[in-house]
Amino acid sequence: MSVSNPNWKPKIVAFCCNWCSYAGADLAGSGRMAYPADVKIIRVPCSCRVNPLFILRAFERGADGVIMCGCHPGDCHYTSGNYFARRRMTMLFSMLDYLGIERGRTRVEWVSAAEGAKFSKTMNEFVKTIYDLGENRKLGDLRCKK
Amino acid sequence: MARIKQRAIELLSDGTVMRVIGWEKGEGNCDWSPALFENAAEMENFVYGDYAGANLSKYCLKFNRQEGKTLVVLKPCDTLSFRQLLHEHRIDREKFYVIGAGCKGMKDEKGGLLKCSACKGKEFEVYDEIIDDEEAQKTTALMDRMAGVIELEKMTAQERFDFWRGELSRCIRCNACRNVCPACSCIKCVFDNPASGVQSKAPVTDFEENMFHIIRAYHVAGRCTDCGECSRVCPQNIPLHLLNRKFIKDMNELYGDYQAGVGENERTPLTSYTKEDAEPGIVYERGNA
Repeated sequence: MSVSNPNWKPKIVAFCCNWCSYAGADLAGSGRMAYPADVKIIRVPCSCRVNPLFILRAFERGADGVIMCGCHPGDCHYTSGNYFARRRMTMLFSMLDYLGIERGRTRVEWVSAAEGAKFSKTMNEFVKTIYDLGENRKLGDLRCKK
Repeated sequence: MARIKQRAIELLSDGTVMRVIGWEKGEGNCDWSPALFENAAEMENFVYGDYAGANLSKYCLKFNRQEGKTLVVLKPCDTLSFRQLLHEHRIDREKFYVIGAGCKGMKDEKGGLLKCSACKGKEFEVYDEIIDDEEAQKTTALMDRMAGVIELEKMTAQERFDFWRGELSRCIRCNACRNVCPACSCIKCVFDNPASGVQSKAPVTDFEENMFHIIRAYHVAGRCTDCGECSRVCPQNIPLHLLNRKFIKDMNELYGDYQAGVGENERTPLTSYTKEDAEPGIVYERGNA
């Protein structure tokens, strides 16, 4: 998709769970591993806290990509939260795909507290995908834009 | 069927039930609508037959806290919705007397109902008594209920987007699909939120109601019995069942076959998990991009 505005910068929302991925992001920071500033992190207690509506709401308010990070399956701080989150996100992504929304605007990645390098790599990849896809036009809601 | 009417009058007269939820004729010949009957005289207007397409189980929510029992007439597919409401503890079994009514497939002014073309069978999940006839047992499904979904899945992403834009841009946000849905039974609905910034504003592009439809379908995912009421009541004829059936198809494929409203206290696919579940990325490896 062509980018109409040459100054366009993507808005990317990353939901990170408090126990693994947020700590992973922290480690990426203290380890001086760069990731793009387009990514805005929202800390959640568990990936299971991410209601599918949060993701839709982010798109509605103008996000171009949304990524959710949580503990690796089996390592959830609350035992089973990310298992439920996994099913929910699978269903949501499938529905977005069914409605013809570009693949790649949504992603789930499991990042542990020790994986600062993985966090940085994932974010760099994801931001690149969003740059390639261009502005999100299919899922936004102009009524929400100021 | 006169037998249902007669039996309902008997139960009203002997005090077993205090009211009857059924159908009455509308202004035309084909627009039978749900109605409440509180005595034998009112029961004169009760009808059951080819145009009793409405699923009455949602009306049970309203009468659950009222005094006495309520008689409700349910077709086989409607009993699934009733059972689902029981699962969710939204209604109490002892407050209702369920007459299972045999169904030959329902119609409206345009002919056979869409939901009946993918009939889910003639079994009653819940009943106190069944008033059936032989004719009803003969009818079967005319088509594979996932046919429409499969057709869409074969399209490219852009074609799917254009298809849904064409369909969903007709939406007038009358909320009929939400109001009629037996699974959509929250006391406070997420859409009734004045702070959302969206509720009272007209759409500025022709595809802004898509969020509403994704959310509506998602909220009933795993609990939707595929009763088809959403598509039936849509004044704009949007094929909303295609959204619900997509969720059903995905859950069946990824998490094992599941039919909401069947069996006792089963967990729905979205309230359970296994350690071996597929990663969300799997949906991007299937079908056309």
